Amino acid sequence: MSDEPIADPAFGGSCPLPLSDYPTVQMAHGGGGRLSQQLIEGLLVPAFDNAALAVLHDGAVLDTGGARLAFTTDSYVVRPLFFPGGDIGSLAVHGTVNDLAMCGARPLALSCALILEEGLAMETLARVVTSMRAAAAAAGVPVVTGDTKVVDRGKGDGVYVNTAGIGLVEPGLVIDPRRARPGDAVLLSGSIAEHGAAILSVREGLEFESAIESDSAPLHGLVATLVARLGTDLHVLRDPTRGGVASALNEIALRAGFGVRLEETSIPVIEPVRAVCELLGLDPLYVANEGKLLAIVAREAAETALDALRSHPLGRDAAIVGEVIEDVPGRVTLRSSIGGLRVVDMLSGEQLPRIC
Amino acid sequence: MRYVDEYRDESAARRLLAAIARDARHPWTLMEICGGQTHTLLRSGIDRMLPETITLVHGPGCPVCVTPLEQIDRAIAIARRPGVIFASFGDMLRVPGSATDLLAVKSEGGDVRIVYSPLDAVKLAQRHPDRQVVFFAVGFETTAPANAMAVWQAARLGLANFSVVVSHVLVPPAMAAILGSPHCRVQGFLAAGHVCAVMGYWEYEPIAERYRIPVVVTGFEPLDLLQGIHLAVRALEQGRHGVENQYARAVTRDGNRPAQDLVARVLEVCDRKWRGIGPIPASGLRLREEYAAFDAERRFEVSGLEAEESPLCIAGEILQGLRKPHQCSAFGRQCTPERPLGAPMVSAEGACSAYYRYARSA
Repeated sequence: MSDEPIADPAFGGSCPLPLSDYPTVQMAHGGGGRLSQQLIEGLLVPAFDNAALAVLHDGAVLDTGGARLAFTTDSYVVRPLFFPGGDIGSLAVHGTVNDLAMCGARPLALSCALILEEGLAMETLARVVTSMRAAAAAAGVPVVTGDTKVVDRGKGDGVYVNTAGIGLVEPGLVIDPRRARPGDAVLLSGSIAEHGAAILSVREGLEFESAIESDSAPLHGLVATLVARLGTDLHVLRDPTRGGVASALNEIALRAGFGVRLEETSIPVIEPVRAVCELLGLDPLYVANEGKLLAIVAREAAETALDALRSHPLGRDAAIVGEVIEDVPGRVTLRSSIGGLRVVDMLSGEQLPRIC
Repeated sequence: MRYVDEYRDESAARRLLAAIARDARHPWTLMEICGGQTHTLLRSGIDRMLPETITLVHGPGCPVCVTPLEQIDRAIAIARRPGVIFASFGDMLRVPGSATDLLAVKSEGGDVRIVYSPLDAVKLAQRHPDRQVVFFAVGFETTAPANAMAVWQAARLGLANFSVVVSHVLVPPAMAAILGSPHCRVQGFLAAGHVCAVMGYWEYEPIAERYRIPVVVTGFEPLDLLQGIHLAVRALEQGRHGVENQYARAVTRDGNRPAQDLVARVLEVCDRKWRGIGPIPASGLRLREEYAAFDAERRFEVSGLEAEESPLCIAGEILQGLRKPHQCSAFGRQCTPERPLGAPMVSAEGACSAYYRYARSA
């Protein structure tokens, strides 16, 4: 079956083989769903094989003689560059800060690499950089190093941004999908699918009028609140970006070796986002978020975690949305609004709007 | 959310399920026509909540699924032409032709774009007078009015750079074909509410009469389907046939007359091949001769292509309700949403994709 890892154990240390199924890279290889997972597990993990990478978290945690450093990187290619609720600059700061936060780390510093297309208006670039500066200042994380490259006109979408980040993980804190246990509660820090819906609303050819804004926000403060209240009862954190809540939970279920059961009616989705998803035939569970987190916590700490999240401005609409279960290991299932049961699969391919 | 939440209510669903269980004293096999209904059934878990007496088989109402292979190949051939902007509903992009799909054409550099409405494709043609804009006009009666409107507008605007690949199909001839098959298991139909919103349901009355079968016009929310099933079961238990309308909030007997008139002005009935099923007489729509200038297959001279299906794919039997997706030996093995062998694994309305997404070992 296709969801088995396609790594070839025979190739050992030699150059990794390209993925057998696809002679060329598809958009879905970057979609955060099953093809992304195949690319990572089939090509990249075997190629760079090491213990820190093998955890496959949002960032790596490195032991450096006493201190535990979290290290992560992410590239931003969002189109359009400016969208309701944010832009590529603020997104590049928030995304990397969040990847550090999901390791349980306090972010220390960011890098910023810009790949610029010849002909990009200097004013546009200045807007992006100003937005990055403001986002970094608001998050309290300095940008301490960087790089710029320019590519020929037509070889880039104006500007691509890469940020890397380092952070410090508190001693004793281990955030890892493998710490999930049956009975653990699954929490969402707020309503989902807003970033993806906001981007869709301004995509060329799909424009629709809406008041939906991206939820792009730095989550390290929210995580610090959770860590302070829960300590080691906090087992797993994940920001459900590309591929949405469904894909993030599938990854966690696979790594944990347990099932996840969701309650459809508990999952917060604001009305305009629901309406857009209903209209376009999209499932909000697969739509991207940039300012929400999933937390898996010990059952007895569930209410404390909910209180902690709701005490923070970015977690006001937090909810307990499901639990870790022994049944159907490696899979996410959902109890529907009418009480039926179904599988919530990992995103496969890109979510394509339906015909009618 | 209004008009949604009240049709997804758990206690109302329990009452309807109990009523179905109480009234269904004999085993009955029902077919829901539309793939959108199939997805609701599996997505809300209704398939596992019904009493064992009720068997649901999934009908051919997935436009992506029944578009013939050679039509996809022709669309791909056109999309590959330099200077062409090929516009399509999203679901069509991943449907495999005999060698490749439209998404692959896009990754090779073809200008393939997703639009939500055929009228957006007309706007594209206005914005790009130096390019040929081709729209893939597929679907059942539901999308026919908008597709007809696009051609009508393009004609009125005198757009010489707009054309359509038409692959339209009609529900009633397919129902008759299914009922006429010697292998037919279907004892009652849940007709597709959206198709009937356009066409009304008068067309189903002769079918219900001829085959002495209940047809319930049914909506797409979980409670719509449960109520549709209940009405069909009650009719079967009481030995009644005829058409009933569960989806009265959207459907009248006559349907939307202005929409029907527009379709009739631009399109005409023709014989049509259905992917997986084969040719069905008078089961499709094509451009009328006076709109032939907008026929992309003529403009780009691609009508000669013929193609063969994967021998592993049993889409035809699935679309006729003869077998279920998980009874296919390729299901989840050689055939997955990433590497579909047949269209029902691709579409948001395909039965195989519904089973793959919602019903594997839950």
